Amino acid sequence: MDFAGAYSWPNLSFILQGFGMTLLVAALSILFSFVLGTLLGILRYTRVPLLNPLLAVIIDLIRNLPLLLIIYFIYIVLPQLGLKLPPFGAAIAALTLFEGAMISEIVRGGLTSVDRGQIEAARSSGLGYVQTMRHIILPQALRRMAPPLVSQFISLLKDTSLAIIISLPEIMHNVQILQGHSPNYVIPALIVAALLYFAVNYTLSIIARRLEARKI
Amino acid sequence: MKKRSKLGVLLILLAVCLVFAGCGGKKEKDGGTLEAIKARGKVIAGVKYDTKLFGLKDPATGKIEGFDIDIAKALAKKIFGDESKVELKEVTSKTRIPLLQNGDIDLIIATMTITEERKEQVDFSDVYFKAGQSLLVKKGSPIQGLEDIKKGVKVLTAKGSTSAKNIREKAPDATVLEFENYQDAFTALKAGQGDALTTDNAILLGMQKQDPNYIVVGGNFTDEPYGIAIKKGDSEFVQVVNDLLKEMKESGEYDKLYEQWMGVKPE
Amino acid sequence: MSKTFDIQILFDHWDRFLEGFLHTIEASAIALIGSFTLGTIIAVMRISPLKPLNWLGTAYVEFIRNIPLLLVVFFFFLGLPSLGVPLDGFTSGTLGLMVYTASFIAESIRAGIQTVPTGQTEAARATGLTYLQTMTSIVLPQAVKIVLPSISNQFINLVKNSSILAVVAGLDLMYYADLINADTFLPLTVYTLVALFYLVLTLPLSMAVHAMERRFSSANRS
Repeated sequence: MDFAGAYSWPNLSFILQGFGMTLLVAALSILFSFVLGTLLGILRYTRVPLLNPLLAVIIDLIRNLPLLLIIYFIYIVLPQLGLKLPPFGAAIAALTLFEGAMISEIVRGGLTSVDRGQIEAARSSGLGYVQTMRHIILPQALRRMAPPLVSQFISLLKDTSLAIIISLPEIMHNVQILQGHSPNYVIPALIVAALLYFAVNYTLSIIARRLEARKI
Repeated sequence: MKKRSKLGVLLILLAVCLVFAGCGGKKEKDGGTLEAIKARGKVIAGVKYDTKLFGLKDPATGKIEGFDIDIAKALAKKIFGDESKVELKEVTSKTRIPLLQNGDIDLIIATMTITEERKEQVDFSDVYFKAGQSLLVKKGSPIQGLEDIKKGVKVLTAKGSTSAKNIREKAPDATVLEFENYQDAFTALKAGQGDALTTDNAILLGMQKQDPNYIVVGGNFTDEPYGIAIKKGDSEFVQVVNDLLKEMKESGEYDKLYEQWMGVKPE
Repeated sequence: MSKTFDIQILFDHWDRFLEGFLHTIEASAIALIGSFTLGTIIAVMRISPLKPLNWLGTAYVEFIRNIPLLLVVFFFFLGLPSLGVPLDGFTSGTLGLMVYTASFIAESIRAGIQTVPTGQTEAARATGLTYLQTMTSIVLPQAVKIVLPSISNQFINLVKNSSILAVVAGLDLMYYADLINADTFLPLTVYTLVALFYLVLTLPLSMAVHAMERRFSSANRS
């Protein structure tokens, strides 16, 4: 182990640059997968005939596949079918698809947990469907969904590291390059990487716990 | 009821998949790599970013440097008369062949060993680097090659590496001492704890560069010839790359690059 | 060359698909047993009255859960060799899976233990059982039953996560898929087949979890 060498400023800043990429990819994927997941979750909740079983199957399939396979599929197989994405785009697309499927189940679960009787009550009091959703159902569901959603975002942030297989220059990729410079840099570099992930994710998990405590 | 409709959808999906896949055949663009490069105005080379001496990213400058990189630049110079007309794309051992086959890169210059199996998948240029396991000894040592590694000779290497396995097979009588890594083994060699150090020649050449009192001897006793990989069937472009290697060797540029990265002239 | 889908690959490369598939199952099974054992120990530590044990268990769970699996695997695959302990890809991948999954299983089991009424523990202790005996013969058996669905969920994750072995050349399904793909260059076929292999493992498991959850929630209601 060579802590002094590993922690030279160029090396530390290289690790931090990698973490910057990790955060960027995670932030964009959280945004997109949240939108996709919410849409799919609401669609599933409204139980549109024909569309609902189709979505159910697709979501189930995606949720039961390894994310690594999905990343690889988008980067290596899609170009064959005419869609070429660079590592950055491929990573975000894969994370959005996979985490979106996960989030859709959280959203559907949250919506389902709100008593359907409330819809009928709201509708009979003269509110439209969209109004009922917006003012009665969604606020309650959101409060229930918040803790599992934050947990999912923590998973997503960790999952960005899988994009190493398509050479996305995220933090674990940069750690591997430092290993190329010297095997003695590996453990010091892994320690910094672990602390960075931990700092962000632990903060998120405290937020999740607060949300959970407020719910009860 | 719900269960059955789900299963039905699954079957339909599968059928759609198969039909879609069946007609999903996309005709490959014909026309060689060279034309594509000329039309594009630059060479796209698949290289490693994490391999010392061949293709390694410098954290301070962000530049990728190494023997492989300089060969890519020389190719750009040959085609365009300008060595900056090259784009480096990072590949790993996993992604390099698919990226070549998908047309994302024109060629692979990434410490790729020429093997019979790989020849089925890609075309290779002539050997551009003879990698293999070799020996490092102190200058003036009686050990000049594998045949001198006899009973009583202490050979140093890294723990659990293929190098340790190979030397035990090739010189079963010698004492093999395994260290935590190659740097530690080198320190031990300098401290006189052993008679020779063995591992990949590129690593040994790096050590020799670090301390010229130690030299690589006896050539390689395992054979891992590195080649440049090109899309299968493009013999025109293979010829371009082979011409380049030949010209570089004749002009002395190859020797210069080799010496710059490995610290010695090629044999 | 223009063909992108050819089921013949499955038959031509059957041996390699099977080899990878079996390695995936093997890694998942070893990691499951290991992480279940380790997770149970950590769960018991976390609720133990001994402060240092408690603290250690909490630190393990909080730290490991918040870092990526790949980082844990890299510690075994890249880190340990630099300390003189070389591990191959399969071993470091499986160890990484075990250490990582244990933190999640520990949390599930801890939650399960806490659903067992403390009155039972007190009663058991009063009859003369030691803390450890109370745990192993009274509390844990009940807790495990309660957390079975969530542990099964972790197993599904384990099977999916075992694909991390491919990153460290761990001879799993994804790893062999890359080799077959390089040979045939029919990625659509190869990776669709790989997806089906994974689904063969994960879909029945997830259906079983759904069934367990349904039975559990209906049992609660009655």
